[in-house]
Amino acid sequence: MSAVPGVIETAAAVSSGRRTAVAEVEAALARIAEGDGRFGAFLEVTGDLALEEARAVDARVAAGERLPLAGVAVAMKDNMWVAGRRTTCASRILEGFQPPGDSTVAARLRRAGAVFVGRANMDEFAMGSSTENSASHVTRNPWDVSRVPGGSSGGSAAAVAAGFVAGAFGSDTGGSIRQPAACCGVVGFKPTYGRVSRYGLVAFASSLDQIGPLTRSVGDAARLYRVVAGFDPLDSTTVDRETGDPEGALGRGVAGMRIGFLEEAEGEGLDPEVAANLEAARRIFRDAGAEVTRVSVPRTTVAIAIYYVVASAEASSNLARFDGVRYGPRASDADLRALYVESRTRGFGPEVKRRILLGTFALASGYYEAYYGRAMRVRHLLSDDFDRAFARTDAIVCPSIPAPAFRVGEKTDDPLTMYLSDVFTVPASLAGLPAISVPSGLTASGLPLGIQVLGPRFGEETVFAAARALEAAADFPDAIPAVAG
Amino acid sequence: MSAVESPRKIEVFPVIGLEVHAQLLTRSKIFCGCPVTVGAPPNSATCPVCLGFPGTLPVLNREAVTLALRLALAAGATLHRESQFARKNYFYPDLPKGYQISQYDRPFSTGGSIAIDTPEGEKAIRLVRIHLEEDAGKLLHDTPYDDVPENVSLVDWNRAGVPLVEIVGEPDLRSAEEAASYLTELRRLVRYTGVCDGDMEKGSLRCDANVSVRTSPTAPLGTRVEIKNVNSIRFVAKAIEHEIERQAQSLARGEAIVQETRLWDEKGGRTVSMRSKEEAHDYRYFPEPDLGLLVLDEKWIAEARGALPELPRRRRERLATAHGLAPQDADTLVSARELADYYERVVAAGVPGRLAANWVTGEALRWMKERRVSTEQALSFSVSPERLAGLLKLVESGEISAASGKDVLVAMLDSSTEAAAIVAEKGLGRMRDTGALEAAVAEIVAGNPSQVALFKSGKTQTFGWFVGQVMKKTGGRADPAAVREALTRALESAGP
Repeated sequence: MSAVPGVIETAAAVSSGRRTAVAEVEAALARIAEGDGRFGAFLEVTGDLALEEARAVDARVAAGERLPLAGVAVAMKDNMWVAGRRTTCASRILEGFQPPGDSTVAARLRRAGAVFVGRANMDEFAMGSSTENSASHVTRNPWDVSRVPGGSSGGSAAAVAAGFVAGAFGSDTGGSIRQPAACCGVVGFKPTYGRVSRYGLVAFASSLDQIGPLTRSVGDAARLYRVVAGFDPLDSTTVDRETGDPEGALGRGVAGMRIGFLEEAEGEGLDPEVAANLEAARRIFRDAGAEVTRVSVPRTTVAIAIYYVVASAEASSNLARFDGVRYGPRASDADLRALYVESRTRGFGPEVKRRILLGTFALASGYYEAYYGRAMRVRHLLSDDFDRAFARTDAIVCPSIPAPAFRVGEKTDDPLTMYLSDVFTVPASLAGLPAISVPSGLTASGLPLGIQVLGPRFGEETVFAAARALEAAADFPDAIPAVAG
Repeated sequence: MSAVESPRKIEVFPVIGLEVHAQLLTRSKIFCGCPVTVGAPPNSATCPVCLGFPGTLPVLNREAVTLALRLALAAGATLHRESQFARKNYFYPDLPKGYQISQYDRPFSTGGSIAIDTPEGEKAIRLVRIHLEEDAGKLLHDTPYDDVPENVSLVDWNRAGVPLVEIVGEPDLRSAEEAASYLTELRRLVRYTGVCDGDMEKGSLRCDANVSVRTSPTAPLGTRVEIKNVNSIRFVAKAIEHEIERQAQSLARGEAIVQETRLWDEKGGRTVSMRSKEEAHDYRYFPEPDLGLLVLDEKWIAEARGALPELPRRRRERLATAHGLAPQDADTLVSARELADYYERVVAAGVPGRLAANWVTGEALRWMKERRVSTEQALSFSVSPERLAGLLKLVESGEISAASGKDVLVAMLDSSTEAAAIVAEKGLGRMRDTGALEAAVAEIVAGNPSQVALFKSGKTQTFGWFVGQVMKKTGGRADPAAVREALTRALESAGP
């Protein structure tokens, strides 16, 4: 894995002419062809298109263009439009769906010289924490193929962990970037809500969805984030605000930074290995000169409950458009009702159906106040809790995952336990905060763990600075023994 | 307050509230850049956004908000600095996203009223709210295409995403006539303000009516029935009339009114049940997460206010008082903004109000109708207000008679020649040549010796006959005073 160059390294090599984009992309395609049979990170590898795009990048570099991602091969989660490819959300209901063009994120990556090598596997419509809900296949964790890679951006995380690509993009609604990143021992970053355009991202829960990078290093994540961030007239929820200099912030260090460890994340129920790993992180920050404290954000304890009401409610509405009328397979033409019922019954998998039902119920007349209305009120209170916490601290730290990656099939019959995989990632989603998961150590059985750093809204620079400090001192291997072996 | 007698002699007091949808006159749709089209080929004015493709997001059209604000200001409504869009969720093939983006518990405008004329005088019909929303597409069940099987329905999404305002009225209306007046007034207002073209037949103005009856004007409100999508003001009145009667008869038979939605069946002249309350949709409204709050600032409101014209009722009042017009004429003139503009331009060119009003409400409206010239087109038609004024000044000064004026007007319709030139060319103007007048008088006197004799014998009433003859001879162009003077002299000097 260490042999495979990172994002910044690749861009520098291609920009300077030491390497070509075509060579980089060919190498990535070769790694995927050789290794992905074991993991199933990709739904589709678009080699011909990628090589064609790589040639275009080489021509631009030769013409003197300075491209921050020159020749960088990236994997895109299958819920983002990339021109020329299908976008299926790993769902039967979007079988064959060809988007009208690039998503804003893909367009910005393309402009920066990145090349799209394939569509990464995911839980159907980004609903899940294991990538087992893909209508296509289960993706395996490169650290241990008997285990899940996490989810829903499990394909993206596995592709980076396996060393196929230096960078991938995922979407994070309640932890779908950070949780698989932690499970696969890579960096996963979710920006502040509104930083990155959602245009061309198939919506799961509109008020929560945010696109972000998965990489092997914090620096690479900062580079990818900087390229895709910024106001987009096509997405009214993006903010018109300077992105800042996340890469420049990397070297700032944490001396004097107030870092609060989240009280609610610690306690008796915490997995001992996760607790030990958190202790190590505390030492790292202290040794690096941070002012380490404990900070309470009381309503994080009810975040999962709020999340499953709000996210499911929005999903039930967002997924109404998949009706078999305009695109996707139409299962019946008998009459209108059959068209809807049959197309949706056959098109959606069980977890998606579960969330649609949950969300429909939460919004139903007579239940709205008790569920959606109440969840939204508590969501605001949770945001207020965070505001108060950030008045006393610059960054908040907690584990990314409550336990290392579980075994394939272990939780498929127990959705509630599965939902708890996101217990540490959901709070930042609900409050719209930037949060990053950094690989922080291995369990005794050799599985990765991750530590999460949360910042205040638009506090990306702080998050990257703290994450870099943690990364620099964390005891984490450069390569996956099995993959490297 | 009117009561309707049913055949079974139960007196009922109707209570009516209207919900009106008006299509805003924007160039593009409310959440995407597609043009708002009329009669374009099906699905030619669509894009991934208004087709609800996964991954697309709505972006609010500022112009739609400005027009909606203008209407709300015209209705004296309260504008809310912050309002919110909401999703109304239901499945239908003409609804691309499976939800309609509308406003729900936080509309941009609440309150306000529309004044109507009733036999008892002016009455204000209060508004609950005005809100913004997007239109759905259109289903074509009877397809015009040979290659499409009969049992297939097609969908045209050109209309999907066209901006609408919904104007929800309080149940302040007490008869079908009041409902018709309200709609007429509202249609005039949306047209005056340039917010909507007000065309009910084409569906750019649509009306749903909520009708209930009670047995005393002070009794609690009865169960209401909603009548959907009636496409003319006359039909709305008929549908309400019929529905009141139907409910009255139900009550007379001792039956309860069922809360339901009914459709107006124009051929059958009745309403038919569409769905009951139990079958009603649960729309599961919730705030639209893809759009932020709609925030109105002073500047935006001022911009909308600045574009407000003088409103029709105020204008009618001014024309009646300042111009001294008959109420009926003033009302006719303000029925369309451009007609009143036409009239006012005639007056501005120097014609007295009443004369201008007579001609505009009479002659001008006649040729506009005959030649299918809209009031808007009339302003720049061959007979522009200024050219009509040129003609009317000739009538006012007595240069030509009113009857000649009408002939001149007809000639002006098909030419660009000024009124005065036509008058001269046709020789319709007042006779200024005293020699010619004297000659005509002499000729009449000389040619009618027996009448002259009668006159000389003291039958002075024959003088009028002579005047008539001279006027006839001169084609009505002679000045009657000059005719009298010349005749008196000629008769005196005539032989015995």
